[in-house]
Amino acid sequence: MRRINNPQELEKIREEILTRRDPNKPCITICSGTGCHAYVCEKVTEAFRAEIRKRGLEESMDIRTTGCHGFCERGPVVVINPEKIFYQRVTPEDAGEIISETLLKNSTIDRLLYTHPQTGEKIVREDDVPFYKGQMRVIFGNNGKIDPTKIEDYIAIGGYSALSKVLTEFSPEEVIDTIKRSALRGRGGGGFPAGVKWESCRNARGDKHYVICNADEGDPGAYMDRSLLEGNPHSVLEGMIIGAYAIGSDEGYIYVRNEYPLAVRNVGIAIDQLRDCGLLGENILGTGLDFEIKVNRGGGAFVCGESTALMASLEGQAGEPRAKHIHTVESGLWDKPTNLNNVETWANVPLIISRGVNWYTSIGTETSKGTKIFSLVGKVNNTGLVEVPMGITIRQIVHDIGGGIPGNGKLKAVQTGGPSGGCIPESLIDIPVDFDKLTEVGSMMGSGGMIVMDDRTCMVDIAKYFLNFLKDESCGKCTTCRDGTRRMYEIVDGITRGEGRAGDIELLEELSWVVSEASLCALGQTAPNPVLSTIRYFKDEYEAHIKDKRCPAGVCKALITYLIDEEKCTACGRCKRVCPSEAITGEKKVPHKIDPEKCIRCGACIAECKFDAIEVV
Amino acid sequence: MITFTIDGYEVQGEAGQNVLEVALDKGFDIPHLCYHEALKPYGACRLCVAEVTSGKRTRLTTSCNYPVLEGMSVQTSTEKVIRARKMVIELLLARCPDVPIVKDLAKEYSVGKPRFAVDNDDCILCGLCERVCREVVGPDAITFLGRGSSRKVGPPLEINPKTCIACGACVYICPTDCIKLEENEKERTIVRWGRTLPMKTCVACGRSFAPWFQLEYFRKITEGIPKDFWDKCLDCR
Amino acid sequence: MDSQAINQILQKHNYEHSSIIAILQDLQEKENYLPEEDLEYLSERLPMPLTRIYRIATFYNAFSLTPRGKYLVNVCLGTACHVRGAARVLDRIKMYLGIDVGEMTKGKLFSLETVNCLGSCALGPIVVIGNEYHGQMTPAKVESTIKKYRKKSSRKKDEKD
Repeated sequence: MRRINNPQELEKIREEILTRRDPNKPCITICSGTGCHAYVCEKVTEAFRAEIRKRGLEESMDIRTTGCHGFCERGPVVVINPEKIFYQRVTPEDAGEIISETLLKNSTIDRLLYTHPQTGEKIVREDDVPFYKGQMRVIFGNNGKIDPTKIEDYIAIGGYSALSKVLTEFSPEEVIDTIKRSALRGRGGGGFPAGVKWESCRNARGDKHYVICNADEGDPGAYMDRSLLEGNPHSVLEGMIIGAYAIGSDEGYIYVRNEYPLAVRNVGIAIDQLRDCGLLGENILGTGLDFEIKVNRGGGAFVCGESTALMASLEGQAGEPRAKHIHTVESGLWDKPTNLNNVETWANVPLIISRGVNWYTSIGTETSKGTKIFSLVGKVNNTGLVEVPMGITIRQIVHDIGGGIPGNGKLKAVQTGGPSGGCIPESLIDIPVDFDKLTEVGSMMGSGGMIVMDDRTCMVDIAKYFLNFLKDESCGKCTTCRDGTRRMYEIVDGITRGEGRAGDIELLEELSWVVSEASLCALGQTAPNPVLSTIRYFKDEYEAHIKDKRCPAGVCKALITYLIDEEKCTACGRCKRVCPSEAITGEKKVPHKIDPEKCIRCGACIAECKFDAIEVV
Repeated sequence: MITFTIDGYEVQGEAGQNVLEVALDKGFDIPHLCYHEALKPYGACRLCVAEVTSGKRTRLTTSCNYPVLEGMSVQTSTEKVIRARKMVIELLLARCPDVPIVKDLAKEYSVGKPRFAVDNDDCILCGLCERVCREVVGPDAITFLGRGSSRKVGPPLEINPKTCIACGACVYICPTDCIKLEENEKERTIVRWGRTLPMKTCVACGRSFAPWFQLEYFRKITEGIPKDFWDKCLDCR
Repeated sequence: MDSQAINQILQKHNYEHSSIIAILQDLQEKENYLPEEDLEYLSERLPMPLTRIYRIATFYNAFSLTPRGKYLVNVCLGTACHVRGAARVLDRIKMYLGIDVGEMTKGKLFSLETVNCLGSCALGPIVVIGNEYHGQMTPAKVESTIKKYRKKSSRKKDEKD
């Protein structure tokens, strides 16, 4: 793409791109996010390309590989445009048929369509699929429309018009005022008002101001930021350039988690394209704005999602957080005023500018405006990434969009906020999802991970899981965090192994108080949350483990026994074959038996048994 | 001069000073393990926490790295402070049950037998050794390794730090006394780091007085000192 | 890695101290770990105190100071995978390979590591071996899955992993 010298040229280029494109030309859109790569979507793409070549159809239809569409449970996902026909679980072998039937004959292939779980009806259009129907995909929806490696696609859907508008019609202070009035709150977990942060940073004294995009997304189970960065990097970049203008910065960084190679690659391509056409670098759009962005990879440390630790890492140090009474907006990276925001926060910015504050504030609740992208995972039917308006209830997300719990499971709790958050019990799932409401009930919004748990999830085991994570991810500086999380882990681990004692819960609460009060950074300060919230709502489970040496959910190995139900066992021998410790005995036609002494409760037999004959007691 | 109060008493400090250093100077006995006036404050042990009110906000914070501010009020022994301190001591005692300074603190704050599984460690991970080596002496021979519950201090490959000059500063500054120095006429060893260096003998009196490597290090970083300065011991110079 | 190659990496990053993490990541690409000699050379050449290099190399999970096996067996321990039974899958792998997390099999074929969320939660529990994703893993499938890699590297039946 040639250099764009001013806003008028940008509009001209946009027009040119749109004129060259026929909105009615069939386009096979193939989801190519990391999730679908795990389903080997490249083979699906190859198959389509090969078929089109074979039949000489290059002129009559396009193929577009896009970022994540969100419905990860049903990947590989293929959407046929312009009709938006939604095909799921597509294999390379289906390519030929899809072209013959759907593209050439306009008929749909039943087996690839989504089936409504209650009515059995086949759903054709993406927007009618219940998973998508309940969402409000104002940001994430664009993933399906663009190839992230092609800036023309982003420009075609209106990209960089917000930047253009800002540079020609707004002063930096007016941009800040707009973001303040939109009440945009940080989407990384803290929920701090972005506009206020921008203003403090702009006003801070310093010859250099930095802007940073925090793409360190460390909460296990959360992958929204990755999918945004992979699927629509330009939305984030546009937000950052607008922010740089407002704050008075000429240098920006994107700190991406080490484990996200595709995101690093796609954002790198996007940045190169911006440099080529002059939307990054000197004199952007001829307005005198200079701004450069560099991408830095993390080294694999959850604590580097904390802003001061992230900045230490950017400076080439170990990710140890710094004293918090020194605000990073005044003294951050290299001790200069720095504005750090999360990926999703930056992606909201162009939207607010384009659609306006009135539109934006009409979405959401009194204290939480706009939408939020969640990763809905765990014991849920429709695993994937969902974008919903703030204020929607957890019930609506889990049931209407998520399709409820698989198998015979019953919803037990929903965990939000990652290792800094808490578990919300089933009894509270009608609360609206909003920053303050979630904090009120002992959890927090966090970055957007939403883990669904059913009656076969042990809440004590969940507390142990998070403590195990935290004790290894702690940077180790503060006695309270380092030793505190370790000791809390030891106590909870002991409880899961049947070694719990009276007074353990009180000791956990005491430790929790000190760890949260006396630790330096948010990792330590929020580390006790998973334990405290599970004690708050599931104390009976803790007590069953401690007093009765029993695990009601049937998870904690030391407290359960696997038993073969003689009436259901058909003596097929499958379980015997997969048992790693030879604990199962039984001849043909005789119900098998598990020797509890040898059984290591690995669960292989239960997974193998086709007759549901093995129970956990 | 900055005027503020500690436990109700009015005190004065200078801009750039931290609360702990002023407090100690004025005779307030805030316990601390990882702070030393010759080094930049680190804030690792969490023992020096105090309740600090500045403006409308009161927060529990470490006093070693909190700046003195006009009109602030510092409370060194509120219920919250004592509660936090006691747990810090209990955690340290569980880690290092035999370390004298930790046992003394436990006695002073009535912390009994730890309610956690007791380790057999002797290092409280205060970082004073690695900081003095880097900030004051300069060889930068040891560092923090690892992270979280497996954090420890030591040379890069956990043994025999190649830049260590066996000056003994770490031995001196360590609050738990877990870094030992052994010496005879021929060599000096910093036991914990597994660093042994041959000693140089004084050309005048014939007694060994410092490791060759150490003298070389100082000779390289200083200027305008006659060569034979390094050939004689302190007494004979 | 030979010094020429290390110099090229340093050149690429402009000898910037703040780029040490990226420099180490590039250094590790070839051998799949950070050899002592390479780090000593880096310390002299950058130059940067060896202690700082080791502090960083031991702080961040991305780096290994010991050689790693031909196939990296990476078990996802994200919350979603945990809830779907990843812990039991990990236990089974440990048992089958006879190594703990962070260790390598004697014949240097497999190294076992864990990662906190690969973002493929729909396929959980998930194990990545080399570059291949193995979704919906169960303890029962562990043996047959890993055997495929042994076969691929044409290890004979009794030969050590």
